[in-house]
Amino acid sequence: MSLLAVSNLAKRYHRRGKPFPAVDDVSFEIGPAETLALAGPSGSGKSTIARLVLRLIEPDAGRMEFEGTDFFSLSGAALRARRARLQMVFQDPLAAFNPRATVARVLDDPLRIHAIASRAERPRRIAALLERVGLDAGLAQRAIHEISGGQRQRVAIARAVATRPSLIVLDEAVSALDVSVRGQILELLLDLQRQERIAYLFISHDLGVIRAVAHRVAILDAGRVAEVGDARAVIANPQSAIGKALVAATPTLNRNRA
Amino acid sequence: MTALLSIRDLSVLYRRDDVEVVALEGLSLEVAAGERLAIIGESGSGKSTLALAIARLLPESAVIGGRIEWSASQLQTSRSVIRPAGEMSGRTKEGAKDRQRLPLTNNAPIGGRDIGFVFQDPSSSLDPVMPIGKQIAEVARTHLGLGWSQAYARAKTLLERVRLPDPDAALHAYPHQLSGGQKQRVAIAAAIAAGPRLLIADEATSALDTIVQAEIVSLIRRLVAEDGMTLLFISHDIALAATLAERIAVLRHGELIESGETRQIVEAPRNAYTRSLLDAHLGLDAVPLLDRPGASA
Repeated sequence: MSLLAVSNLAKRYHRRGKPFPAVDDVSFEIGPAETLALAGPSGSGKSTIARLVLRLIEPDAGRMEFEGTDFFSLSGAALRARRARLQMVFQDPLAAFNPRATVARVLDDPLRIHAIASRAERPRRIAALLERVGLDAGLAQRAIHEISGGQRQRVAIARAVATRPSLIVLDEAVSALDVSVRGQILELLLDLQRQERIAYLFISHDLGVIRAVAHRVAILDAGRVAEVGDARAVIANPQSAIGKALVAATPTLNRNRA
Repeated sequence: MTALLSIRDLSVLYRRDDVEVVALEGLSLEVAAGERLAIIGESGSGKSTLALAIARLLPESAVIGGRIEWSASQLQTSRSVIRPAGEMSGRTKEGAKDRQRLPLTNNAPIGGRDIGFVFQDPSSSLDPVMPIGKQIAEVARTHLGLGWSQAYARAKTLLERVRLPDPDAALHAYPHQLSGGQKQRVAIAAAIAAGPRLLIADEATSALDTIVQAEIVSLIRRLVAEDGMTLLFISHDIALAATLAERIAVLRHGELIESGETRQIVEAPRNAYTRSLLDAHLGLDAVPLLDRPGASA
């Protein structure tokens, strides 16, 4: 059974007075502990889908089943409770967090809001979360703006896993990182997936990254799913025009090493 | 090979709130006339500082040591220009007046005339309230001494050369009416409007999606070949750089780690850091992390 099933999702924006379909009749499923990547050029609807799934914006049409509930119809306490199971990590954690907040404060919020740990218990939980994402517990008292970009993205992941989610939406979560740091963050995400059985909706413009970590990929074009399937099979042999264009445009290193 | 410029023992130090940060240290590098050279590095490597130093765009507060020598024969001879030296085709928040007066060059090149600069974010290099035709024509007028009608004719030709659809209409368009890729084409047209010897592209495709990135890279390749320009391609992406550059220089923490022919750097890097950058690249032929032994818990 799928963890998340999105069907016939639609969202229109208006551009110079004309309706513009940002997301147009999109359907997909994600199983437990599975990574589905969304790929596509700018404006193909990737981030709009992320925002719809997170209910940061409301859809014009479509359904979303998440953990067996009709997610779009939830409200109030039921919605808040279910939101703990559906977390997010964005490209730029500096924009997502108050830069002057301490790391401890950023991690304390979800534990308090979702009543996961008592006030007395929280410092210990925060230390455990930092350790879980490969950070020193001593980092807790540092301000978000004082730590490196890679450390900040680890804090964002710690915050996301604090509420024991079954699904995390990752919107270009490794795109701004240096390649050396990027590899470590991807390893951390894979490790969390194996240990905690977390599924990912992994949004990226980079097919190389998608191929490295995703089980399946949906390639989007102008708000619609152009093709979907096993990530390696689709990237090795894309059928859609946009899939072919994306693969052709991805730079490759020809290393003929002995 | 004729050197366009020789960088000798270049150091740049930034001062912020009494804290000194060394951005470049003892860097020496030759840039040959007509070559395509990529400068590769991660954040904080000093690659953008190097680009700004060459273009004489570092802030006045930067402390600069060493020399950048230009080959006089490679620079345009002085023409009667309408505006004095120092005006760039690109625009910065501070404007020209706050930029350093660089003592370390001879045969000082003129930004915009001898050097074209393309930045990462075309939205901040273009004036949002000036039609794009005028922005390009202004560069030709300033540096080539053309009248407005000739400068506009040149702007139109440039918009054709960067393959903007409907160049006649585009002359009168404003930046916000264009997509990110189209804006970068306009920024490139402005950068080459005065026929510079050197084109510097600093992460010029990093904000674009993969498909548009490939289009802009092939545009840069074609323009550089057509005009016989020297290209300095600044990037964090070694695979992308390798598709375009004949030579690659790798920077780390403000120092030049190694430089060489692209093929040698990619296939037989001498330095361990260069190898780690290559290994970290996730290409379409890499073993997926999902499958790598030892990755499991």
